[in-house]
Amino acid sequence: MAISTSTWERLSARGGISPRRARTYGFVFIGAGLLIYLLFARAAVPGQTSTFVLNFGTAGQTAPIPDLVLPTGPTLYALALVCAFFGGWQLARGFKRVNLVLGVIAGLFVLAFLAWASRGQSFNLTGMLNSALLRAVPIALAGLSGVICERCAVINIGIEGMMLTGAFTATLMGSLALNVWMWPSWASMSFGLICALISGALLGLLLAVLAVRFKVNQIIAGTAINILSVGVTSFLSSRILSHFQQLNNTGTMQPVPIPLLSQIPVIGPVVFEQNLLVYLLYVLLIVTHVVLFYTRWGLRTRAVGEHPRAADTLGINVFKIRYVNVTIGGMVAALGGAFLILGSVGRFDELMTAGKGFIGLAAMIFGKWMPFGAFGAALIFGFADALQTKLAILRVPIPSQFLLMAPYLATIVVLAGVVGEAVPPAADGQPYEKE
Amino acid sequence: MPPVLELRGITKSFPGVLANDHIDLTLEEGEVHALLGENGAGKTTLMNILYGLYSPDEGEIFVRGRRVEIREPRDAIALGIGMVHQHFMLVPVLTVAENVMLGVEPVRNGIFLDRAAAARRIRELSQQYGLQVDPDALVKTLPVGVQQRVEILKLLYRQADILILDEPTAVLTPQEVEELFKVIRSLTAQGKSVIFITHKLKEVMAIADRITVLRNGRVVGTTTPSQTTEERLAAMMVGREVLLRVNKKPANPGEVVLEVENLEVLDDRGNPAVRGVSFEVRAGEILGIAGVQGNGQTELVQALTGLRPILSGRVRIMGKDVTGTSPRRVLEQGVAHVPEDRQKDGLVLSFPVAENLVINTYYIPPFARAGLLNHEVIFTTAEQRAREFDIRTPSVLTPVANLSGGNQQKVIVAREFSRPIQLLIASQPTRGLDVGSIEYIHQRIVAKRDEGCAVLLVSPELDEVMSLSDRIAVMYEGRIMDILPADQATREEIGLLMAGVKRA
Ligand SMILES: Nc1ncnc2c1ncn2[C@@H]1O[C@H](COP(=O)(O)OP(=O)(O)O)[C@@H](O)[C@H]1O
Ligand SMILES: [Mg+2]
Repeated sequence: MAISTSTWERLSARGGISPRRARTYGFVFIGAGLLIYLLFARAAVPGQTSTFVLNFGTAGQTAPIPDLVLPTGPTLYALALVCAFFGGWQLARGFKRVNLVLGVIAGLFVLAFLAWASRGQSFNLTGMLNSALLRAVPIALAGLSGVICERCAVINIGIEGMMLTGAFTATLMGSLALNVWMWPSWASMSFGLICALISGALLGLLLAVLAVRFKVNQIIAGTAINILSVGVTSFLSSRILSHFQQLNNTGTMQPVPIPLLSQIPVIGPVVFEQNLLVYLLYVLLIVTHVVLFYTRWGLRTRAVGEHPRAADTLGINVFKIRYVNVTIGGMVAALGGAFLILGSVGRFDELMTAGKGFIGLAAMIFGKWMPFGAFGAALIFGFADALQTKLAILRVPIPSQFLLMAPYLATIVVLAGVVGEAVPPAADGQPYEKE
Repeated sequence: MPPVLELRGITKSFPGVLANDHIDLTLEEGEVHALLGENGAGKTTLMNILYGLYSPDEGEIFVRGRRVEIREPRDAIALGIGMVHQHFMLVPVLTVAENVMLGVEPVRNGIFLDRAAAARRIRELSQQYGLQVDPDALVKTLPVGVQQRVEILKLLYRQADILILDEPTAVLTPQEVEELFKVIRSLTAQGKSVIFITHKLKEVMAIADRITVLRNGRVVGTTTPSQTTEERLAAMMVGREVLLRVNKKPANPGEVVLEVENLEVLDDRGNPAVRGVSFEVRAGEILGIAGVQGNGQTELVQALTGLRPILSGRVRIMGKDVTGTSPRRVLEQGVAHVPEDRQKDGLVLSFPVAENLVINTYYIPPFARAGLLNHEVIFTTAEQRAREFDIRTPSVLTPVANLSGGNQQKVIVAREFSRPIQLLIASQPTRGLDVGSIEYIHQRIVAKRDEGCAVLLVSPELDEVMSLSDRIAVMYEGRIMDILPADQATREEIGLLMAGVKRA
């Protein structure tokens, strides 16, 4: 019997996606170009310019970088044409890595939006990137916590609560050391940080005991931790922090420029002139990545996350791996909370994490359970968040409610479009039963 | 010299089952000792005890004459015992090397995994025992036959010299079985000892040095291939004489009942599972679909019975187009379906036998009147069916979950066969059943054919397909490689087709 060429073979000649989907991508790209033209380009007055300021920070940069001045109209027309061209190419020939192109188009669209929003004004691009990074840090830490837990198949919905508890503990203990015991600032902050890490470790251990030992449904266990954290921190905050203001003031860490690296134009001051907790994030990202993919512990963790029984039959202690990882995950989440205090505002407010733990979980999924993937996703969310505040200042004629939606819209678009299917560890969320 | 391994009086009970009852077993150095028994005889339980996954209630284990306690797989590994489990214990997203070294990883500088060293060792072992495999391949991309080599390499990497292979041939084509046997011979030639578990008589006769037969958790006897025959082994396994061959008259095909044209179906992950399949089944004949599991048979059957959307192609039953209709519409065309996974797709386990017997006809008279169930009729009909189909159950009000596998399957057969049907689609109808039940189900299927019913039989058990079918279609990677008349097909030819090899 002759083998007929099947529909599938006809499709798979074009990069593995169905023709319908490939066509949709083409139209989306052209649509982006069209939107840039309709919404932005036509609003530009001839001769108008958009100024992007590229200087930021205090590092003694020898030569300040000149501002980037773009003619608004021509820039926007050019961007619209580039998008339309990509769309046409996609329809006619098809890109091999179409998801990458979608990312590029999204970037161009944001650029067009910024050029339009800052027409006739100046806009501090570096400043915004800086604020994007700072907003991304707690999300990235939450995402990293998720990666560490879920790689060994324990779902940690309680990250939000662990962050909140970490933030509260850092505030209370840091302020106590600073304002009551009169410790020096660096010592009180370190003390606050260490106490926050301990609180996170305890909550992580609690989750591990519930999920691993007692095999409680992990979503419920995590939710319980969230409710517990909200209740305890709100209660203590209203009883203690609001009556004794000196217990709600830790001070904040100052940026420490890294020699040489912070001199890199534009990016340098953003990435390498931050406080120590940001650097700690960088270190944790690298360490987690190396541990996961280049060490025994990481290999065993991934095996336990994918197929715990197989790991067990090879003499690996599934329970030990889960206990340790989830406890560390709790510490990383609490570090995210501590950053909100010590690296950012210096005082605690009820419910101040405001969903960052959950957005961190989204970053983990978007980042495909990879440390740097989660970080990249957190940067996108941080960028959307920062953009929204900056735009309010530029007085963009868009209702502020819509601007507030931006980070979440970015989440949805990114999850649905660019990422495609993200496959979690195969045993994610399942308790392991020994026989 | 003491035997390499000796089990004495091993006993293990699970709630309600005595899985192992004072089992004695010895393994000599360099021998292949086959452990033969039906599903549920207690073979896996015994080996899990030996490997430290279960702890025995009673009994002693001696390794090279020394009494040992095995509480954890770690202990077994340390004693040189290795096990290839019935369901593979491989992590699909890791590479071959990562899977093999897992748990005993070589490291550089005390920290970093030394993948190169592991890969080197794996290549050496591959060479030494004839187990060809690429250490850097991802396990999920490998065919099952190769995955099994990875499992064996895992044991050799740990320097195991007592190798337990639990039903290693269940997922292999006949040619792959031959290759496995070669590997086993090269293992024993180099001093390893092998416990080979199976319920297939032919294999035991081909590979074993000694054979121990288990039945209901007890040792029935130990023998050697030269002292016994397949028939005698079957009788030992089942406890009575059994018919190993199906008795049937030549088929008398009538008009076309099922017609499938260029069918294409996707699997759960959206990958093509059935790629342009066409065939027809006539009244009064059995068309068997052979093939290693996972080559699109499951998706094909689901598409035919309306359980899975169809990407393209046509399905006609008695000339009527049923492409993409609901499962109920398909059933109402006179189609009976014996699903592959009876517990998941064939029964509601917590419902009583009686309700399971009417679960696809409950809404029509006489079982329903004016939209209400008529329990009286349902109950009396169920009692009658239970007698007719010899369903062993305390009562028809017993939940189906409490029945043995064979009796659960009889419930499905009773339900499907007692409606007026034109087409029977039976997917792995004897999966996991004992020889006695298999014999019964086979006779029922042949009887249906002789009544003029068209039968589509899907099974990965080549013996089953060859003995029941009138024509045999072989499926490989979603395609039908060929359709052969059963009386002209040889095992070898079908085996090659199952591996995707077609002779000109
Ligand atoms: N973990 C378990 N819990 C309860 N019963 C079990 C368990 N494992 C096996 N059994 C029962 O023990 C008996 C023997 O099973 P098994 O050793 O798997 O048989 P075999 O491998 O010979 O097919 C069966 O009746 C089975 O249902
Ligand atoms: Mg078994």
